[in-house]
Amino acid sequence: MALDPATVRRIATLARIRVEDAEVDKLQGELNVIFGWIEQLNEVDVTGVAPLTGASHMAMKMREDVVNDGGYPERILFNAPDRAGEFFAVPKVVE
Amino acid sequence: MGYALEGRTGTWEVVVGLEVHAQVVSKAKLFSGAATAFGAEPNTQVSYVDAAFPGMLPVINKVCVEQAVKTGLGLNAQINNVSRFDRKNYFYADLPAGYQISQFEHPIVGKGEIEIELSDGSTKAIGVTRLHLEQDAGKSLHDQHPTKTYIDLNRAGVALMEIVSEPDIRSPEEAGAYVRKLRSILRYLGTCDGNMEEGSLRADVNVSVRKAGEEYRTRCEIKNVNSVRFVMQAVEVEALRQIDVWESGEEVRQETRLFDPNRGVTRPMRSKEDAHDYRYFPDPDLLPLVLEQGWVDALKAGLPELPDAKKARFIGDYGLSAYDASVLVAEQATAWFFEVVAKGRDAKQAANWVTGDFFAAMNRLGRTIEDPPVSAEALGRLLDLMADKTINGKIAKEVFEAMVETGKDPAAIVDEKGLRQVTDTGAIDAAVDKILAANQDKVAEYKSGKDKLFGFFVGQTMKAMAGKGNPALVNEILKRRLG
Repeated sequence: MALDPATVRRIATLARIRVEDAEVDKLQGELNVIFGWIEQLNEVDVTGVAPLTGASHMAMKMREDVVNDGGYPERILFNAPDRAGEFFAVPKVVE
Repeated sequence: MGYALEGRTGTWEVVVGLEVHAQVVSKAKLFSGAATAFGAEPNTQVSYVDAAFPGMLPVINKVCVEQAVKTGLGLNAQINNVSRFDRKNYFYADLPAGYQISQFEHPIVGKGEIEIELSDGSTKAIGVTRLHLEQDAGKSLHDQHPTKTYIDLNRAGVALMEIVSEPDIRSPEEAGAYVRKLRSILRYLGTCDGNMEEGSLRADVNVSVRKAGEEYRTRCEIKNVNSVRFVMQAVEVEALRQIDVWESGEEVRQETRLFDPNRGVTRPMRSKEDAHDYRYFPDPDLLPLVLEQGWVDALKAGLPELPDAKKARFIGDYGLSAYDASVLVAEQATAWFFEVVAKGRDAKQAANWVTGDFFAAMNRLGRTIEDPPVSAEALGRLLDLMADKTINGKIAKEVFEAMVETGKDPAAIVDEKGLRQVTDTGAIDAAVDKILAANQDKVAEYKSGKDKLFGFFVGQTMKAMAGKGNPALVNEILKRRLG
């Protein structure tokens, strides 16, 4: 599989990363190398092996339904580039 | 043939599927220990997990899982003992992590069914495709500042159940009935409070149109519709819009739209134009969610009686009509109220009073079944006064209004106002005497065959007795005297 320039631009848009026209060529090459490396996995024969999303066979641990966190808006907002009272403020977004 | 819309080129059928987002009733969020209560000061119910600070690990809330399983059981759906969480990636200011933790390929609940009731008395089964658990996003306020959007993350990370229907719905009425029934089931189960004003229940409405016998055509999704009435309106206006597009020779484009209730139209949602590429992948922070069958069985054993079962019991045990039974079971609290009134009494009469005078008074005064204008016990005692013939049905309505007004016990009102029914035949005889003497012309007419006048004599006698005469005795005495 080889990425074309349009796909590189689309990935950049979805990731909200600005890519200048001059960079597309270079990124296309880099991404294709990464893809090529991952595609080596296709050489492994996985016939009859169930899909696996983790290396552990454990099941998920559960938490009790107890409120024991939150209540620190100052700490949550501490790194906000902009705020209005206790709200984060961001450049206007469309609905 | 059911609901259909007429276009210039013929008759169109409407195809609707609903995705309902129901906020799970829990104290803490799906993956953090922050509170879920509505209406708190901005960003006070936010943990580092909810704000997506680096390195924070989500840990699932057991009660949220329980609520999803209970809901699945209530929808007669398959429970998947192994399910998985995935990341749904999209960029939006109120989604701090840049992804929503959701369930894509392996939801916790599979296929189920909801039976809806329609106004013509028929029922229809609407398939449920799946139910999955996911996080809610934060709240964006777009109207507080000319160039900025304000973000409150209190809602971010609250557990939602997304309940997806099959495209089995064919009319606005069916869409409305589906949401109402689903809401009723959720409220019975206590898994979602169903409060649409506060956004605890909101629907994405998928609409397409087609000619009879065709395959499905392209659909549009109308996001975040927050009342049953708007769901019904949105189905209709969107169907009409699509018919117009097809009939003018164009194609309906698959897109996300918003319903504007003020203008009664739907319009495209700009931000969602390229949002359909969610790049789902399994969340590496979360292990598979594995449920013990014994735990699921215990939840099933603890389920309350649900609306369908309760309705069947009300029809079977109390002899109620299907309509009265539906009205009484829509809210669990109403059903409880009715059963207190009906216990040991004439159940049909109890149903008539609850759905009639009682509902009328409740609506008139803006009260609720949780805060009723008259208690179920007091209404029951009023019925007892009719059953033992202390008062008749007409006087009972007067007593009821006095109960609503004063909060006094019915027996006390009857005594105070001297409303006790007159069963003394001597007193009734005397009243009849007077009426017959004063209306000799009508007596003559009656005797010459004008039977209808009997009602006149009953009315006059009751009036003379201030409505307190025992109707059966009044009838009997008049018949004897006029016969």
